[in-house]
Amino acid sequence: MHTTNRLTLYQGKKGDFIRITDIFLEGVMRRRLLDLGFVPGAIIEVLKKSPLGDPIAFRVSQTTIALRKEESSKIEGELISNDKSN
Amino acid sequence: MTNPIRVALAGNPNTGKSTLFNALTGLRQHTGNWAGKTVSLAEGKVQYKGKTYSFIDLPGTYSLFSNSTDEEVARNYIVFEKPDVTLVVLDATSLERNFNLALQVLEMTTNVIVCINLIDEAEKKGIKINERILTNKLGVPVIKLSARNKVGFDLLLDTIERIANGTIECKPTLMTYSDEIEEQIYKIEPYIRGMIGDRLSSRWVSLRLLDGDEKLLNEINKRLRLEEVKITDEYSTAIL
Repeated sequence: MHTTNRLTLYQGKKGDFIRITDIFLEGVMRRRLLDLGFVPGAIIEVLKKSPLGDPIAFRVSQTTIALRKEESSKIEGELISNDKSN
Repeated sequence: MTNPIRVALAGNPNTGKSTLFNALTGLRQHTGNWAGKTVSLAEGKVQYKGKTYSFIDLPGTYSLFSNSTDEEVARNYIVFEKPDVTLVVLDATSLERNFNLALQVLEMTTNVIVCINLIDEAEKKGIKINERILTNKLGVPVIKLSARNKVGFDLLLDTIERIANGTIECKPTLMTYSDEIEEQIYKIEPYIRGMIGDRLSSRWVSLRLLDGDEKLLNEINKRLRLEEVKITDEYSTAIL
């Protein structure tokens, strides 16, 4: 059963690996995220969530970057795997 | 006395750019203030084989689209102060992210050397980098370095000199964009070239204007005396 698992980075669970497909942000913030490695095709790992679930730390091209809900909920991708399941 | 060869160092934060700068220049660096900017850039001179090299350490940035003062200072230095050679210092262990900046610099200016630093760290992690393939793909020299252990410095300084005296000609590979963007560039670039001549890359300026980079436009107006372009119907439609 291979259903495509689409979700936003905000919906990711700790340990999830997500391949980015779309970034629904514009202007300077979009540019900044692209510069930091949040580009379509990139595989992002959800590292940890803060106690209230916002912000969330992500692993992106070998660096840890935390995003607020405002940004992480506007970046979409496909769930590839969860490191606990394999 | 001939003028020193001016070499700017650009790169992401924490790629060992300042280590390279200090290792190359020893303890003789001082900070200098550049006109119109309060952010200071470090400058250091070094003698090598009878030539004087002046290195300028630019602020470390992930990008050069002037989203911040740091990026603006670095960008303005590269395009308006026109160093003889620009070094882009990359972290060998994190090339994917680092190439973003390298490709931006290759669009802005021609005389570039891509320095892959921390090569000892990368080798420890089992990362192998073929600099010849990269040189062919990018159209500019790619040199592997370990700034900490002073590995690769002779090759780097010789390459800088050969670019400055014209022995090596850099031909950066240009990014091709979507048809829509390329069409727009094709329309406006001749007019931009007419106004700025060859002082800046007209393709790069076209791209920045299509992206709505007003800060760059202001900077150009401030720094360059633009040639007048005859306003024709074609010009008006191209700009609109």
